[in-house]
Amino acid sequence: MSWMFLRDLLTGVNKYSTGIGRIWLAVVFIFRLLVYMVAAEHVWKDEQKEFECNVKQPGCENVCFDHFFPISQVRLWALQLIMVSMPSLLVVLHVAYCEGREKRHRKRQYVSPGMMDGDLWYTYLISLIVKTGFEIGFLVLFYKLYDGFSVPYLMKCDLKPCPNTVDCFISKPTEKTIFILLLVIISCLCIVLNFIELSFLVLKCLIKCCVQKYSKSFQSSACEPQPQIC
Amino acid sequence: MDWGTLHTFIGGVNKHSTSIGKVWITVIFIFRVMILVVAAQEVWGDEQEDFVCNTLQPGCKNVCYDHFFPVSHIRLWALQLIFVSTPALLVAMHVAYYRHEAARKFRRGEKRNEFKDLEDIKKQKVRIEGSLWWTYTSSIFFRIIFEASFMYVFYFLYNGYHLPWVLKCGIDPCPNLVDCFISRPTEKTVFTIFMISASVICMLLNVAELCYLLLKLCFRRSKRTQTQRNHPNHALKESKQNEMNELISDSGQNAITGFPS
Repeated sequence: MSWMFLRDLLTGVNKYSTGIGRIWLAVVFIFRLLVYMVAAEHVWKDEQKEFECNVKQPGCENVCFDHFFPISQVRLWALQLIMVSMPSLLVVLHVAYCEGREKRHRKRQYVSPGMMDGDLWYTYLISLIVKTGFEIGFLVLFYKLYDGFSVPYLMKCDLKPCPNTVDCFISKPTEKTIFILLLVIISCLCIVLNFIELSFLVLKCLIKCCVQKYSKSFQSSACEPQPQIC
Repeated sequence: MDWGTLHTFIGGVNKHSTSIGKVWITVIFIFRVMILVVAAQEVWGDEQEDFVCNTLQPGCKNVCYDHFFPVSHIRLWALQLIFVSTPALLVAMHVAYYRHEAARKFRRGEKRNEFKDLEDIKKQKVRIEGSLWWTYTSSIFFRIIFEASFMYVFYFLYNGYHLPWVLKCGIDPCPNLVDCFISRPTEKTVFTIFMISASVICMLLNVAELCYLLLKLCFRRSKRTQTQRNHPNHALKESKQNEMNELISDSGQNAITGFPS
């Protein structure tokens, strides 16, 4: 089990996405998953080994590291990626369920993979809303956990068993800050794409409803019997 | 998820690229991605572990390393490769959109003489003309911009492309000006120069491709104006015949409905 599993799952979602949904998938694959795998993971590789406090007291470094990094930024990044990709699976599950029903009733539901109507439209909309919720939620969590998006080079720690307020130095703070800022920018871009897709879907549905209503009222007035002129 | 996935994404664009574009993709994946993965990552693997400062002061090494290497070389190269490969996706998206529209028209019964079936639409190579020409040219332009920007950032961050064997560091908490020693500076310099040379070659290929596309466009336009100039009588005769046909059909319609012509 690795990131390839997630990639294969999400590739299946591509068929049932809108154009903007496909752009979102490309952004997630290239600017988040690929960057995480080839670069970000290595930056945080030795984070605890290279975390150094100006004290010889055993246990002080461990306690301070645990206090400043309850969960490592890179692990939070990975969790965010998984949670944000999961709602797209709702769409895949829905389509699989419909295809199963098609086989049982021997009736074709969808003319082409790209068409979205009826229940699938609602599922897609819900997955978009949940995705956006997760994105915003994780960004807020990041901000709250680490007091912002930058990593300082020095932190003061006075937790037991440290004998007094000691200086603790974090490894590669500038590089970590750069990658966290990149993560935040790409997350914001994904949120914007989700909002645009949401608006596009809702507008398209409203226009379709208005056109249907208008054509129905036009047809009903055309079918009314003409008054006879005696 | 690794470089292989990026190769799959970009490889799909290969079919619709010019010959220079195909050479560019080969150079990117063989001389840059492969070198990065099989060699450069090993050389820079232990860079912080073996970065040694002549002091026992805790934290001095961390602070000095962070000051001299705000971003590691290999991470910067990885980001450069990702950003430089991404504009090719614009072309892939445009081709996908063109195929989607062609499939939609085919289902409506419009392009039946152009394509045999839906599979034919997917397999056919799309020519670099019209709006695709603009998308392709823009992608090459962005590639050049990204390459040049990353090379400049590299030069700016590391004061050139050469790594010294000793660096002087006096940042707090270092007690005084201490000597800090980088691990494998010569090997790192060799790889840095190799990667920079590969970037320069890629940039030159992009510039050559851009010039080729512009020349092709100018040549096509001059050929079109020349054809129009060589056969102006033919064009004039055609337009007059069309006018006469319209008049005949209008008078015929008027005769049928009974109105005076």
